[in-house]
Amino acid sequence: MHQIACHECDLVHNIPPMPERAAARCIRCGCILFRSKPDSVNRTIAWTTAGLILYSVAVTYPFLAMKSGSIVQQTGLLSGIQQLYQQDLIPLATLVLLTCVLVPLLQMLGLLYIIIPLKLNIRAKFAIPVFRIFQHFKPWSMMEIYMLGILIALVKLGKMATIVPGLAVIAFGLLIFVLNFAISAVDTHMVWERLGDES
Amino acid sequence: MKATLATARQLGLVSCHDCHLLTHMPQIARHQAALCPRCGCELHQRKPNSIIRTWALVITAMVFYVPANVLPMTITSALGSTQADTIMSGVIYFMHHGSWEIALVIFTASIFVPFMKFIILIYLLLTVQFRSIKRPSDRTRLYRLTEAVGRWSMVDIYVVTILIALVKLGVLANIEAGPAAIYFASVVVITMIAAESFDPRLIWDALEEQHE
Repeated sequence: MHQIACHECDLVHNIPPMPERAAARCIRCGCILFRSKPDSVNRTIAWTTAGLILYSVAVTYPFLAMKSGSIVQQTGLLSGIQQLYQQDLIPLATLVLLTCVLVPLLQMLGLLYIIIPLKLNIRAKFAIPVFRIFQHFKPWSMMEIYMLGILIALVKLGKMATIVPGLAVIAFGLLIFVLNFAISAVDTHMVWERLGDES
Repeated sequence: MKATLATARQLGLVSCHDCHLLTHMPQIARHQAALCPRCGCELHQRKPNSIIRTWALVITAMVFYVPANVLPMTITSALGSTQADTIMSGVIYFMHHGSWEIALVIFTASIFVPFMKFIILIYLLLTVQFRSIKRPSDRTRLYRLTEAVGRWSMVDIYVVTILIALVKLGVLANIEAGPAAIYFASVVVITMIAAESFDPRLIWDALEEQHE
C-alpha cells in the first residue's frame, strides 16, 4: 500500500498492490495515476533498440525525390535542415533539428542509459537527472508530426512533378510506432521507485 | 483503490512535479526552496505563478498569431511569376484543387487548433481566477485536450521546410519561406509552454475552499 497524489487535481489515493496491466484512475478527475506494465524493462530495451536502427535509416536516407524533366531533387531530414541553414533560416532550421532529430535521438539514448543498468542491476551515473530530462522531452519529440508534413508535401507537389517516396519514408513510418511503443513500455513509477531505492 | 478524499495540500503533503513522490512539505522561509528527496526537483504544492505566467504566454502567442496569419508563409516563384501564400490562401488553394482533406488538415492544425487553445486557456484562467466551482472534471478534460493537441500545429512548419528544401529548380520553380513561418512557429512553441505552465490543480482548489 502506498500513497500517491493525482497530479491533475491533487487528491490523495491509497493504492494497493496492483495486478499486471491494470491502470489506477483518480476517482475525482479520472486522470490515470499510473499503469502497471508487465516486463517493462525488457520491452523497453527491445523497442528502443529497434527504434535506433530505424532512426539511423530515417535520418540518413532521402525521403522524397522530385523529378521534373531531367532534374532530380532529393531531400532527406538532415539535408533538408542543411538547406534551411544555407538559406539563413536559422531559427526554423534549429527548430526542426531539435524536434525531429536531436530530441528523439536523446530520448532513445537516454532511455537505454536508464533502463539497461536497471536490467543489469548496476547504478548509472546521473540516472536521476537523465530520467527527469527524458520526461520533459516527451512533448517536444515531433517525428509523427513531421511524417504528416511529408505526406502533405507529397500531395502538394504531386501535381507539379513526379514525386518518388524514398526508403526513409518507410523507416519514418515504422519508427513512429516503434518509438511510441518504446515510450509506453516504460513503467515510470517502477523506474522512480528503483532509482529512489538505489540512491 | 481507496481515496482519502483529501488533497495532498490539505494533508500538508506535496507531490513532486517530476517523480510524483508524495512527501511532507517542509517549512521553508522566503527565498528558500524545498527539494524532492528522491529526484532533487524543486517542490511546490502548485506550479509557481501559474496563472500570471500562463496569461503572459497566452497574450504573447496571441500577438504573434496576427502576423502568422496575415504575412505570407511561402513565396513560390515559377517561370518568372511569384506568388505569396498565407496560411489561409494555402488552405483555399487546396480546396480549389480537389484535395479538401489536406485543406481540412491544414486549416485544423494551423488556424483552428491555436485559436481554440487561446479560447480554452483563457476560459480556464478566468474560471480559476473567479473561483468557479462548475464542472471541474470537464474543465480538467479540456486542459488535457489542449495539452495533447497543441503540438500538431507544427505540421505546417514542417510542410514549409520540406517544400523549400525540395523545390529548388532554379528559374523553373522555387519555394522560399515567408516571414509568417517564424511567427507561426513561435505561436506553437509559446502555446505549448503556456499549457505546460498552467496547473490543473487550481481548477479543483476552488472546491476545497467551498467545503471549508
